[in-house]
Amino acid sequence: MSKMHSCKMASPLLGAVLLSGMLLSACSPIEPWVKPYEREHLADPIMSFDRNPISSAYLDHVFEVREGARGATGSVGGGCGCN
Amino acid sequence: MRLHLRARWLAAAAFGLGAVGRADVLPEDRTDVLYHRYEGGGLTVQGPAVLVRKKFGDSFSASYQYYEDLISSASIDVVSQASAYKEKRTQHNLNLDYLHGSTLYSIGFINSNEPDYKSNTGFFSINQSMFGDLTTVSFGFAQGWDKVGEVDHGVVVRTFHTTGSADADHRNWSLGLSQVITRNLLLGLNFETDESDGYLQNPYRGVRFVDPFSARGYSFGQAVSPNTRTGSAGSAQLKYYLPWHAAVDGSYRLYTDTWGILAHTVKLGYTQPLFTDWTLEATARYYWQNHADFYSDLFPYQNSQNFMSRDRELAQFRSLTLGLGASWEFHPGWPHWVSKGTLNFNYNRLHIDYQDFHDNLIPSLVPGDEPLYTLDANVMQFFISFWY
Repeated sequence: MSKMHSCKMASPLLGAVLLSGMLLSACSPIEPWVKPYEREHLADPIMSFDRNPISSAYLDHVFEVREGARGATGSVGGGCGCN
Repeated sequence: MRLHLRARWLAAAAFGLGAVGRADVLPEDRTDVLYHRYEGGGLTVQGPAVLVRKKFGDSFSASYQYYEDLISSASIDVVSQASAYKEKRTQHNLNLDYLHGSTLYSIGFINSNEPDYKSNTGFFSINQSMFGDLTTVSFGFAQGWDKVGEVDHGVVVRTFHTTGSADADHRNWSLGLSQVITRNLLLGLNFETDESDGYLQNPYRGVRFVDPFSARGYSFGQAVSPNTRTGSAGSAQLKYYLPWHAAVDGSYRLYTDTWGILAHTVKLGYTQPLFTDWTLEATARYYWQNHADFYSDLFPYQNSQNFMSRDRELAQFRSLTLGLGASWEFHPGWPHWVSKGTLNFNYNRLHIDYQDFHDNLIPSLVPGDEPLYTLDANVMQFFISFWY
């Protein structure tokens, strides 16, 4: 796959903000701004959004039966790319 | 059913779609055995839950979950309009994951049973990792079929305002995004919309209306809810790794639906590992909502509206939940295929201040002048987990 032009980001935060813009400008491939060897902290179990699914599901259930709102409780995982 | 009328479908989302994981790897092999107990407002719900997950080869993973509620209720709703009751609800979840490249496909089925409420839900979801595994997007769909008010073996277990059974169908769409922002910061975005149609009210709960011919000044009548409901929820959450090996997280959720409910949820959490094998957690959750368009604590007269409800879940209220958790990790020498285990205890204190739901069990000269109802509850979980 050929690289049309460099999309290297000046800073990680700027990279995230401009992600959608990069997509539109057809940059390919996108350079990961957090390298695999920089993901030690993200791989720590304490950084999981849902460390114990059976426990968080139960607590969500406790709230949902008593409240009018539901859904989007944020247990979508992933994104770490730590393996 | 009283407690869980709206819960079947929600439980489906919580135990099914909500469990979508990373797209670049299969979920971990683990088994959890949990005991849960909720106690508050005259209601006690307790029981076990078991979750078993196992990979098969490099591409497949299957999980099974059993969940049980043993309910003993003498809540304000029960005491006001019916009789105290005990019942059992059981739920079975089956889930299959297939990993292909950076895409994780999941399908599953959920069955929930109790004497007067049966529910079946099927779901599937797709997770895709991209941009060097810094981004995971997910999409899910679920369809649920509920049967309300069906009594096992023809035995009426308690007062039932309606006869026979009624159906309720549900459809749910969800979108999720998980994004690595920096080497210490994760972002999660979620959006869900669901629509329901059919019998969507609790048949055990009536409405209260002014009745000058009653000694107490009011009577109870039949509630009538719309037979369709569409709701949408969007949330954002951040998790940050702190320099001293701890994590802090925060989230916000906005919910709105066609019944007129607008709700906000704010949650903060802190996770601190201690020594080599302990992890402590503290959480605070604040929730508030306005009441549904057709909710009232006291209607002016019988059948004063086409839709009427006095369900507390549809009232205006604020709630605060404070939680503490502790986890101890151990490495058993036997059996050899168990790599590690954890013993976990979580405690949450829930407090709800209702703003237009009055405690009608406290006598008042004028109906509707009773003090506002408040609820305090203790929510406990004890569970043991094994990884293999």
